Formats: sequence, structure tokens, C-alpha cells
Amino acid sequence: MTGPGAGLVAEVEVTRGAFTLRASVTADPGEVLAVLGPNGSGKSTLLSAVAGLTPLSGGRISLGGVTLDDAETGTFVEAAHRPVGFVFQDYRLFPHLSVLDNVAFSPRVRGLGRAPAREVAAQWLARLGLADLARRRPADLSGGQAQRVALGRALAGDPALLLLDEPLSALDARTRLDVQAELKRHLADFAGPCLLVTHDPLEALVLADRLLVLEHGRVVQEGTPAEVARRPATEYVARLVGLNLYAGRADGARVVLDGGGSFVVPDHHERGEVLVALRPSAVVVSTAEPVVSSVRNTWPATITGLTLLTDRVRLDLEGEPSALVDVTPAAVAELGLDAGQRVWLSAKATELEVYGHGHPAGLVGGTER
Amino acid sequence: MAVAFLVIPLAGLLIRAPWGDAWEILHGSQAGEALKLSLWTSTVATAISLVVGVPLAWLLARTAFPGLRLVRALVTLPLVLPPVVGGVALLLAFGRNGFLGQFLDQWFGITIPFSPAAVVMAETFVAMPFLVVTVEGALRSADRGFEDAAATLGARRMTVFTRVTLPMVAPSLVAGAVLCWARALGEFGATITFAGSFPGRTQTMPIAVYYALETDPDAAILLSLVLLLVSVVVLVTLRDRWLRGGTAQ
Repeated sequence: MTGPGAGLVAEVEVTRGAFTLRASVTADPGEVLAVLGPNGSGKSTLLSAVAGLTPLSGGRISLGGVTLDDAETGTFVEAAHRPVGFVFQDYRLFPHLSVLDNVAFSPRVRGLGRAPAREVAAQWLARLGLADLARRRPADLSGGQAQRVALGRALAGDPALLLLDEPLSALDARTRLDVQAELKRHLADFAGPCLLVTHDPLEALVLADRLLVLEHGRVVQEGTPAEVARRPATEYVARLVGLNLYAGRADGARVVLDGGGSFVVPDHHERGEVLVALRPSAVVVSTAEPVVSSVRNTWPATITGLTLLTDRVRLDLEGEPSALVDVTPAAVAELGLDAGQRVWLSAKATELEVYGHGHPAGLVGGTER
Repeated sequence: MAVAFLVIPLAGLLIRAPWGDAWEILHGSQAGEALKLSLWTSTVATAISLVVGVPLAWLLARTAFPGLRLVRALVTLPLVLPPVVGGVALLLAFGRNGFLGQFLDQWFGITIPFSPAAVVMAETFVAMPFLVVTVEGALRSADRGFEDAAATLGARRMTVFTRVTLPMVAPSLVAGAVLCWARALGEFGATITFAGSFPGRTQTMPIAVYYALETDPDAAILLSLVLLLVSVVVLVTLRDRWLRGGTAQ
């Protein structure tokens, strides 16, 4: 890690009508920070503010110690003068220019002559394995090719900061994996900080060194992918990483859940308000109440839905507490599980992950999954 | 019905045309001079419209200033105004006794009315709105995202305009310019009011047709056919342009 100020340091406040984005974001050189959040959470607004396309209504942004935007002093470096590369969700390749001239655009407008700019562009295209496409028009490119060209165009301007807005969302599933692997390589080569906006948790887990979760214009969680995947701070994050999440009050070895019900939990040092995460596959389903068992948590619930997820069936259960539970298709057949059926759920205390609210603004809702 | 109504008179032109003496008649009248005058004045009028009309279209499409709606209304006014009224207005403004013309005359000895410059002014007055309206519409519907993208790549505003915005609205720019040119070529009312009808100086093709109709109907028919031919060429050029634009993208 480099000293403070070397990377991106942003205190962003942007107001748009009734919506306010207020987020504190830092990214070190060489670090890929994924900004994850539902639609309308302010992810794109954040990128737009860092790029200088949206002025701040409060806060400041600095990159490598240089102030780009400061609402208090009125400093505002125009987008054209920020050393920022932006890959847009819809790529925005100029339709009237060839692939080569698209990539040459930034070196050209930043002062190089036509021939040297094209040379720089050709080098980037070669590096990205796109040399064959140089003469094509953007309209003649596939989605994956257009994405690569957009990345090349952003990098050709030699930016100090890279911004990627949902770079893979416009691709079909098969292309996405290829481009994702390639993107990961290029991001590893990039020396500056990188902000990657996405709503795909897998993309974030694969590509990012650190995650930042935005909801309703606020940062609700920040941490490494492993931390976030294990201890989601909100229901939105829990759903993304596929966990049941409950809020409750810890009282010794017992957590009383806000939404009804309680859990016996392993030893922990948390007191008061806590979160409990539970993997859907760690819950056991039985048709009768288990009589003798080492399992500490047993409760009745009603099946409200069944969904087949390739190799397993996800049950939607209502009870105290409600839960998502994964079972094998064989178990569904053997136990004769169906919607409306009453079953017993059990979960070992050791399967419960208990932790305090990492962030004061963290919890949004109640205990419904 | 409607098609017949539009086509039959044009067919009549073709049938009544004195094809045999065409060459002599056209040479005998001042057709050549009128055509030359018409061509260069409408081209100059189009050039002026491009130079001042495109920035105006950009202002109307991309900025917000008090009175914007009023300016847009004023710009489109010549589209609905009878051209002869435009001619009278120009005369009142730039005529020898007009409120601007008198100063031009006193201070610089410049008299505009009844000169080729007056023809150009009359044509510009009537035709420029076609260009402004077409280009403004194109700018308005153009995707601003490309301009943002250009800005993040380091392009300043002027560069964004010349390298990204203009090329992207190019088809509409061409269409607007051709419409503008065709309108200028056909201009009659404002021109005859403001510039008069001096053969070789201010007598454009449409005016020549009008006068020839009284003295030499055959010449009028032939001159009309020349204008019809020019219109057809314009249509074909536009269509080609659009077709090529459609397939290239």
C-alpha cells in the first residue's frame, strides 16, 4: 500500500432532485475497487462525479494528491483535463470513426499529430489483440470486441485512474466469461487505481481487490470480497452473496431475532444489536420434528416456493424466522416436499455467523431474508 | 387524386415544351445569365446559412438562456411568413431610406437593394430557417453520451463539437443544406421585392420565368423545365446520400 493521497481520495456529495449521493471512497494505486449496488443506488453518479461529468454539491475529490474538485473552494477541473479513462456501459465508440481512430482519439486531442496518435493506437490494439479490427467501424464489431476497443480507447489516453461502468453487462453469458478473464489481466497491468461499477456480485468477486456497497446513495459496506461474502451488512448484500441474514439482539448464547424467533449461537463477543448470517445449504429439512439431535436450533416453517437451481432446489420457507434453504432434487422427491407443506428446519449453532453492525447506516430492513 | 393533381401539371410542362427550338430559345432569352445568377446566389446564401445557422442551431439545441423560446419562434418565422412580406421588411431595414440602410449609404456609400447582394440577402432570409430547423432537430436527438465520452478522453468543447458532434449530425447537415439551397434557388417573392428584376444583375430563374411567361411562353416553359431538372437532381442526390448513410452504418 502506498501512502495517503497517492491514489484516489473522494468525499462525494451530489444532489439530484430528491436523491443525494453521499459517499467516501478511496482507492490505492493498482487497486481495483468494485462499487456494488442496486439500480438507483448512485453507482453511476459516483463515477460521473469522479470523471468530472457531474459537478459536486459538496465534498472534494483528489487524485495522486492533486485536487480535481472541491465544492468549498470552487476548484473544478473539467472532465477534459482529468487524467481519467472511462469505459462506458454502452461503450460509446464514435460511430463515424474506425476502431483505430477511436483508440487514437485521446492521444490526438491531447496534442499528438495524426500519425503518432495512430501509432499509439496501433500499439494498444496490438496489446489487446485487436490489430485485425483496426479498420472496422464500431457498428461492425461484436459486443465483446466493442468492449475491448472501449477499454483500449480509455487506456490509450494514458490515464492515472480508470473508471469502468458495468463493463460486462451488455455481453451475453458466454462472451462475458472470456472478456472478464481478459479484463482481469489488463486491470492487473494497470498501475493506477480503478473503480469498477457493477451490480453483478460474481464480477465484483472475481475482478476486485475490495468491494464497496452503495444503497440509496450511502455506503453500507466496505471490505475485501471474502469479508463481504461471509458477513453481509444488509439484506441486499446477503441476497447477492446468497445468504440468509437476520438482525437481532445478542443475549449470551442466544440471539433474539427482530422478526420473531431466536437462535442459539456459538461463543462470540458481540453484545446488543447483531447480524446473523446463515448459508441456505447449512439448514436441514425434515418432515417430522427431530426428537434426539445435537442440532441446537430447530423450528417449524411452511414451504411457500420451490425453485430449481441447476443441481439443487431452493426452498422458500416462511416461519420464525423465515429462510431460504437449499436441498438436493433427490431430497425433494424422497420427502415429497411441495408448496404449502409444513416442515421442520434445523441449523447447527456453529453454522451461524454472528457479527456486529459494521456500519451504523448498515441495516436497512428487518429480518425478511 | 392527390398524386394526379401534383403530377399532371408537371406532365403538361413536358408535353407543351417546344423541344425543337429549345436550344435557340434558351440562348435567345437571358436564361443562361439567370441560371448562372441563381446558382451562385443560392450557393452563397447556403454558405452564409451554414456559417451562421449551425452555431445558432447549436445554441437553440444545447443551451438554455432567457428568451430561448422567443428566438426559436423568430427563427422559424420566415418559414411561415409570405416571402413578399420578408422582402418588404428587408427593404424597410436595408433600403436606401431604411433604418439601417440610410447609415450604410451615408457612411460607406453602400446601397444594397436591387443588387446581387440583395438577392443573396433575400434568399438567405427565406432559406436559412430550413437549415437551422433541420440541424437543431438533429443536434437535439443526437446522443449526448458520445460528447461525454469525448470529454473524458481529453477533448475540449470546441474539439468535441468539430470531431464528434458535427460528424455525427453530418447527414442532417447535408440534408439541411440541400433543402436550404433548393429553397434559395426557388425564391421569388422576397427577391423581386427587395432586389427587383434587372436582367443579369438581380433577375433569378424564377423571376425570369415569370417575365418570360408574358412575353415568350415557350421560353417560360423551357426555363421551368430547367428548374424542374435541378429539383430532380437535388432529390436524387439527397436520396443517394441517405441510402449510402443507411448502409454504411
